[in-house]
Amino acid sequence: MHIAWGSRRLAFVGIAIGVFAALVALPPIGARSPVFPIAIGLLAVATGLAFWLIRGERRVGGYAIAAGLAGLLIGYFATRSSPTKLDTVVVWGALFAAMLRYATPLAFASLGGLFSERSGVVNIGLEGMMLMGAFFAVWGSDVTGSWELGVLIALAAGGAMGLLHAVFSVSLRSDQIVGGTAINFLALGISSYLFFKLYGSQGTPSNLSTIPDVHLGFLGHGFIGDVFGSLNLMIWIGIIVVFVTWIVVFKTPIGLRIRACGEHPRAADTVGIDVYAVRYAAVVVSGVLAGAGGAYLSIGLGSAFTENMTAGRGFIALAALIFGGWRPFGAAAACLLFGFASALGVNLQAYSTSISTLFTALPYLLTLVAVAGVIGRTIPPAADGIPYKKQ
Amino acid sequence: MLQKASGLVAPLLTLVLAFLVSGVVVLLTTGSIRDTLKTYRAIFRGAGLNWFFDVGSHTIGVPFSTARVWFPWNTNDAVSTAASNLEQTLLLWTPLVLTGLAVAFAFRCGLFNIGGNGQYLSGSIAAVLIATELPHVLNLPGLLLIIVSILGAMVAGAALAGIAGLLKGTVGAHEVITTIMLNWIVVWVGSYLFDVGGPLQTHAAAAAGAVPASADIPDKAKLHAFWGDPLLQGLHVGFFVSIAALVVFSLVLNRTTLGYEVRAVGHNPEAARYGGINVARNYFVAMAIAGAFAGLAGGLDLLGWEYRVDITTVQGANIGFIGIAVALLGRNTAVGVGLSALLFAALQTGTASRNLDPSIFAPGVGGALAVIIQGLVVLFVGADVLILIILARLRGGRRKKAPA
Repeated sequence: MHIAWGSRRLAFVGIAIGVFAALVALPPIGARSPVFPIAIGLLAVATGLAFWLIRGERRVGGYAIAAGLAGLLIGYFATRSSPTKLDTVVVWGALFAAMLRYATPLAFASLGGLFSERSGVVNIGLEGMMLMGAFFAVWGSDVTGSWELGVLIALAAGGAMGLLHAVFSVSLRSDQIVGGTAINFLALGISSYLFFKLYGSQGTPSNLSTIPDVHLGFLGHGFIGDVFGSLNLMIWIGIIVVFVTWIVVFKTPIGLRIRACGEHPRAADTVGIDVYAVRYAAVVVSGVLAGAGGAYLSIGLGSAFTENMTAGRGFIALAALIFGGWRPFGAAAACLLFGFASALGVNLQAYSTSISTLFTALPYLLTLVAVAGVIGRTIPPAADGIPYKKQ
Repeated sequence: MLQKASGLVAPLLTLVLAFLVSGVVVLLTTGSIRDTLKTYRAIFRGAGLNWFFDVGSHTIGVPFSTARVWFPWNTNDAVSTAASNLEQTLLLWTPLVLTGLAVAFAFRCGLFNIGGNGQYLSGSIAAVLIATELPHVLNLPGLLLIIVSILGAMVAGAALAGIAGLLKGTVGAHEVITTIMLNWIVVWVGSYLFDVGGPLQTHAAAAAGAVPASADIPDKAKLHAFWGDPLLQGLHVGFFVSIAALVVFSLVLNRTTLGYEVRAVGHNPEAARYGGINVARNYFVAMAIAGAFAGLAGGLDLLGWEYRVDITTVQGANIGFIGIAVALLGRNTAVGVGLSALLFAALQTGTASRNLDPSIFAPGVGGALAVIIQGLVVLFVGADVLILIILARLRGGRRKKAPA
């Protein structure tokens, strides 16, 4: 155990070296010779390879190799690019702030999915639950005039979709994939129906009450201030939810019950855990959290609803959950990675608009690689997706 | 002990439930039962299904001809839109059958192919690539160019789905996850290819400020339209390809060794493996064939009436997703898929803004209602238990005996 953790830590050093290979060519260091990123990148690859082969650390070692290669490539292209362009693209403070903005809706939905799947219910309906949250946050904020009530209504709408999913996948033992697909159809239909019926071609009102930003003036105007100085309230809540999820799922009896239902429901039932109740609660919580992600999207990040505005973010959240190995911090890290890719993609428009479009495919590609097991397989909860029948 | 719901009753009950529940949605927003019924009637007419009840004497709309036919044939008829609406429904039926078969074939092997949309898109992209670029290299006659383009579309769809099948067979990666990821990869790679500045975007479209799109395919690569105006999305010969595909699906599954193995794996992969069947190989083959169906749908749509790929098609395509509902309602059989594709095509056409009476629904609302109905159908189809409970209640009620 001790040795395994030690070698893991050293493999993480490989990842860090890989990241540094890219950093060395970017501002503020900004080395102009391609030798630096290539040499450092190769060092990272060698470190990763060593741990893969010698210590059998396939997963982390593989990530170190990948990080080394990516760092090598990014660093190389950065040295070939003009310094002025680099300065407009790589503004670290703004990039990290944007990363948090893009990662937050994903993180809410992803953590929601974690509750559901840890309890043994596959939730590919996250996209739909998010979309319902996005619409009802706008509607609630419009009708009541307060963003607090808007968010509450969004949570309820997401939770209602979760409840629907639970009724069908837990009580009626439908195929959970079919149920999730139905949720996505239904949410798209209901949100568009109400949107066109209530707001028509005008769109949602422009004077919506929106979730406020938290201004922390004392952080100043350095890097820390640029990143954390004026984040939206929901981003802070999202960060808290990551920790709360970890504590609930891994440090409390409730979490143990949730995980028991996801790993071996028969055993959980035998020791007196009400599998149905746990799964119902977990799926409803997943809807509530996905709804929160949707609310942030419509009245936090922006201030409007448009038809199908989640545009696949629910599926990126699902991807992050899988990429993060069904763990809170893993999923959060994956959301940050995908969020950073989005932020960088937007900035890369300085080079070419089409390249930034291509960047959008990155989360899906990374997840495909992760489930393919090229660099260490991700393993879902054992009973994930299997309806449970009481005896 | 509850059995699996089967036969014709369960799907019909599912439909009735779906239309009843969506009727409640309409009722809540319109406020009267009469308006709700009016809405459904408008959708029925918008889909052109009244065509079948419009027996009489109709002009065929061909100049210098006074010939008359029993059913309305003239799609430019100023009096009745039945012919043009039905023609639109059948135009949509053509790809829906194929994306439905793409889901159904994989299902028979125990795989849930959610990637029909990506496979459909990759088929469209392959077809437009071949049909526009191949003539620069090799001057093929029209028919050959069409065949090569269609085959290319099928190969593209098969390759994409094959990745998922291969990963399932070798490392056990869940096909639902991989096909979802592949869907979005195709969407964004496709957007990259055809968006402003993308390698396949035509400069003419960018200059005119139009929606970014590929070049148009040459006239000789377009499929012949046999009903309606070929310039206004006429019904093309791909319609018959879809009918043929239904037959092929049924024959391959029920009359070949391959189909037998696929079904055996679908019933019980462990038993199939014990019986000497290579399960991993069958996963790959079943997914590849499923992908070929969806790719064919994309190819036919492209050569039949789209003629180019634009960025809104790439990002807004939903034919593959509706295919899931088609296959589920059709119980993964050829006849079922054919019929349920007709239902969903009619629903989609009947609720389209241009066919639906604007006094009934504002633009967009009808389409959203169609999506709700699709969702309800999928929801209820998945719930065998619910349908069986209702069936048992219905029977029990008749016998005046409480169900056990």
